Amino acid sequence: MTDLLFAGDAPRDRANAPPAKPSEPLPHFVSDAPFDPYLIEKMTPAQERFYMASEWRMVWWKLRRHRVAVVSGAVLLVMYVSILFCEFLAPYGLDTRNTDFIYTPPQIVRIFHDGRLVAPFVYGFDYRLEMSNLERVYTPNPQNRQPLRFFCRGEPYRLWGLLPADLHVVCPARGGQLFLAGTDRLGRDLLSRMIYGARVSLTVGLLGVAVSFTLGILIGGIAGYYGGWTDILIQRGIEVIQSFPHLPLWMALSAILPVSWSPILVYLGITLILGMIEWTHLARAVRSKLLALREEDFCTAAVLMGARPSRIIGRHLLPSFMSHLIASATLMIPGMILGETALSFLGLGLRPPMTSWGVLLIEAQNINVVALYPWLMLPVACVIITVLAFNFFGDGLRDAADPYH
Amino acid sequence: MLSYIVHRILIMIPTLLAISIVIFTIINLPPGDYFTTYIAELQSSGEAADLAKINFLKMQYGFDKPIWQQYLFWAGGLLHGDMGYSFAYNLPVNQVVGDRLLMTFIVSFTTILFTYIVAFPIGVYSATHQYSWSDHALTLLGFLGLATPSFLLALVLLYLANVYLGISIGGLMDPLYVNQPWSVAKALSVAAHLCIPVVVIGTAGTASMIRRLRANLLDELQKQYVVTARAKGLPPMKLLFKYPLRMALNPFISDIGSLLPHVISGAAIVSVVMSLPTTGPMLLEALRSQDMYLAGSFLMFMAFLTVIGVFISDLALAVLDPRIRLQAGRSQ
Repeated sequence: MTDLLFAGDAPRDRANAPPAKPSEPLPHFVSDAPFDPYLIEKMTPAQERFYMASEWRMVWWKLRRHRVAVVSGAVLLVMYVSILFCEFLAPYGLDTRNTDFIYTPPQIVRIFHDGRLVAPFVYGFDYRLEMSNLERVYTPNPQNRQPLRFFCRGEPYRLWGLLPADLHVVCPARGGQLFLAGTDRLGRDLLSRMIYGARVSLTVGLLGVAVSFTLGILIGGIAGYYGGWTDILIQRGIEVIQSFPHLPLWMALSAILPVSWSPILVYLGITLILGMIEWTHLARAVRSKLLALREEDFCTAAVLMGARPSRIIGRHLLPSFMSHLIASATLMIPGMILGETALSFLGLGLRPPMTSWGVLLIEAQNINVVALYPWLMLPVACVIITVLAFNFFGDGLRDAADPYH
Repeated sequence: MLSYIVHRILIMIPTLLAISIVIFTIINLPPGDYFTTYIAELQSSGEAADLAKINFLKMQYGFDKPIWQQYLFWAGGLLHGDMGYSFAYNLPVNQVVGDRLLMTFIVSFTTILFTYIVAFPIGVYSATHQYSWSDHALTLLGFLGLATPSFLLALVLLYLANVYLGISIGGLMDPLYVNQPWSVAKALSVAAHLCIPVVVIGTAGTASMIRRLRANLLDELQKQYVVTARAKGLPPMKLLFKYPLRMALNPFISDIGSLLPHVISGAAIVSVVMSLPTTGPMLLEALRSQDMYLAGSFLMFMAFLTVIGVFISDLALAVLDPRIRLQAGRSQ
């Protein structure tokens, strides 16, 4: 038993001390340093930072280790910041028509000319109308070199509809063109339209999630808190909603939106519709978490200390599964973005003066486009990148949401 | 078991009732009805509407009655198989729908089959080879499948299939066979045309199924009984198939319920793009022209299919997994 207790210092003691006779007291040592009962518990600042970290800080640490999630998060951040400055980032305006350049293929930015590294430039187009099938043929002309201009004065615009400005990140050469993603049937630059379209496409998911988040917490909270008949009724209601095929229901609901509504109202209506169906998953999550957490010791302790229900829910229950909720809400956004895209594509969602990626894809609705103007499908790349980024980020967030695990 | 079945069927009744009320509300929400739009359209083009006929239809379908009576009329009709009257087609909905429902069923059924056949081996492989390069590649592929809008995938595949395989664009069969009686050649043509919609509609479902199967199987593989069995020297394949895989299979059964709405949703939009003779394009058209009985009865039918699907999957789950208790535990 003693061997076990003093396993650490036993060998040294045996070596130094003379063999003790049973009658003599064991030799021992008393330190004369002042006694400080908190000595052991004192932590280095680094340890303190680690052990006393708040839950959110731990979530952040765990998320940081998930490299794909961090990269995705960065991509999303860049995208969301960029929607603030569309006018500045896009080389052309949203509705600028270049009537001489209809259905031009994308231009390629080149940096080598005659084997030498030069400033980025594009080749201008030679235009020819193929008389046999009336096809517009554009061929890049290596003689017509058009160096790009950066941070340049270009098409005037109003930033956020208020501040008049004309500064762009990149502009075509004077008298030249810059269609990095080609143009559509009206000669509008697709890249600029994609940059503007991000405004609607990216926010539709956020607003939709905000709607379903509110509904989910409220209704799930009521079900979990009151229990009994209220709970059963709400559960059945959720089952009813979940048993609808989403898209047909979305279609039916957006068919309700009156044609006379202004685009901005239609946009709000669509976000509301997207949010109104997706909340059920969140409500279920909230309810089950509430039911489970209600039985935890810290909750009982709070009740015994006389906390009111509102305080228990708001101060103790909600924060302990907020991270989970945010993670599952993040995973809902891609579905909404895809939903908006599909609805707009079908002509039931947003309508053309409003520009989203789905609206842009209306142009790519038939098989001729795939064969003749495949670049009109480029907006789908934005959709895929955004949805992928949200999925990876949400996955990482979900793993990180339980940092104590 | 019997009491469980009865219990489940009894629950289905109020569920379906609630669904029908929701649907009826939705299709009645847009201002005006088919007739007002129709009459306005005729008048704007300077033609006289056949008011007598319209009034007759209005009377027969109770458009002059209060809304709840209209609902009772519609729901009552549904009960004995009368799905109402399609004003746009001038035919009872049953006749309009007929063949298309069969096609929808064929497409959905094949898609689910496809999902299972593809998801099963891939899911097992990527769980048993966790974090290998092939696992990462498959995961990425799955995510891509979830992220690609199906309608565009459909267009591109259609184009490729036409260029490289010579399959005619659009439709579920070669134009040759459209009004022909069923024959081997027609069936083959349908099978060839079915490939693309099935792949396109199935992609998203397959991707999520793979992910779920992989996660479930990984959970099971970490359990102690697997370690024990391995320590006993059970051959790896036998071990995998005999125990953990059986446990991880639950999503295959329980997912029928959640898979069906997805498949039907996917089918709806993909069929619009590919102009398949299924219910999707018809629903879209009916919604646009406020052909309320057609739209409503469709939605109702889809929801009904889903409810039945969930019911069947619950039953199958209860039969196959002894851990599932038949008497639902009282929630606190």
